Amino acid sequence: MTPKRKKRLYLVLLLLMGIGTAAGLALNAFEENLLFFFSPAQVMAGEAPQDKTIRVGGLVVNGSVHREEGSLAVQFDLTDQSDTMTVVYSGILPDLFREGQGIVAKGRLSGGGVFLADEVLAKHDENYMPPEVADALKTAHNKGVEGMKSGTVMQ
Amino acid sequence: MWLWFHKLGSPRYFYDTAGKFIPWLGGLCAVLMVWGLYGGLVQAPADYQQGDSYRIIFIHVPAAALSLSVYTFMAVCGAIALIWRMKLAEVMLISAAPVGASFTFIALVTGSLWGKPMWGTWWVWDARLTSELILLFLYLGVIALYGAIEDKRNAGRAVSVLSIVGVVNIPIIKYSVEWWNTLHQGSTILKFDTPSIDPAMRTPLIVMLLAFGLYFGAVVLMRARAEVLERERNSKWVQELVQSR
Repeated sequence: MTPKRKKRLYLVLLLLMGIGTAAGLALNAFEENLLFFFSPAQVMAGEAPQDKTIRVGGLVVNGSVHREEGSLAVQFDLTDQSDTMTVVYSGILPDLFREGQGIVAKGRLSGGGVFLADEVLAKHDENYMPPEVADALKTAHNKGVEGMKSGTVMQ
Repeated sequence: MWLWFHKLGSPRYFYDTAGKFIPWLGGLCAVLMVWGLYGGLVQAPADYQQGDSYRIIFIHVPAAALSLSVYTFMAVCGAIALIWRMKLAEVMLISAAPVGASFTFIALVTGSLWGKPMWGTWWVWDARLTSELILLFLYLGVIALYGAIEDKRNAGRAVSVLSIVGVVNIPIIKYSVEWWNTLHQGSTILKFDTPSIDPAMRTPLIVMLLAFGLYFGAVVLMRARAEVLERERNSKWVQELVQSR
């Protein structure tokens, strides 16, 4: 490599490093705004702002969904496996909404740990499989759970 | 290898060689595209959660993956153009820009169509979606900047710098789903872990990825040939080529 080209190479690398550092610092400074949602644990720890529109994300607790007869109102518990909070919502839920599903709700906190949502979005994971495989996995999982309950360890 | 590299730098040699590659790339792309689409839309089983709606993945993921790799390719071309002053690198860079912009656009549109039934919204300002939108603007910026400068050598140098500056966005897009809480799910296939997709769905997806890659190769060479002819329009070999037609 000729000295001239070497110099240009260093300039390009320097440019990349400079921009990279700047972007890194900027993203670091905006860290909180880049979080799309808070987890129930973060809300319980008081990290989420009060009286402001925020989003919370987590899993819908099994058996916690209560619908009101004759209206769209629905109430369910949201958990991140360490903390749980109650969400109240009135409106159309996405197709993927079900118990055990990850969701993101937008709204604000009211007193008593209840979250008043005005939008509920479903989050799906990166796993894709045919229904038969999902069923087989579920059966195997249930068997394992039963095995643990009855004290025998699945081999 | 180095000899071949230097030879490729000559516009005329590139014009001839690229012309020979295009039919092969295009033909292979067509075969894989048919295979991938049939495998993905007809043969692959439905998803346990999303039913048939997930099938848009066979367009969405290859387009999104290519939108990132095409920009990286442009940045590498930009670095070569700046350091070695290789004209052909500038040509490749600017030929790739509209193709990459289209991939980005397709990824955004298919993602939006997928988001409405599954997430319940067309668009959210989460880190993945926002950074991908910025990528589209970067592509459009490169195209506009190149068009705005009359002298094509200067234009080539300017877009080289812009491509290199914009490349910081690529890792941000790629890792946005891991660094921050996003509505968008994590990587399914392009990760160093075991892929979390059933083999019956994975094969058509990988075939579609290859098909999109080959499509990019074929189209970028076609565009680059046209760009070479335009840039070298005053040279003897182009004049002869035109007269012989």
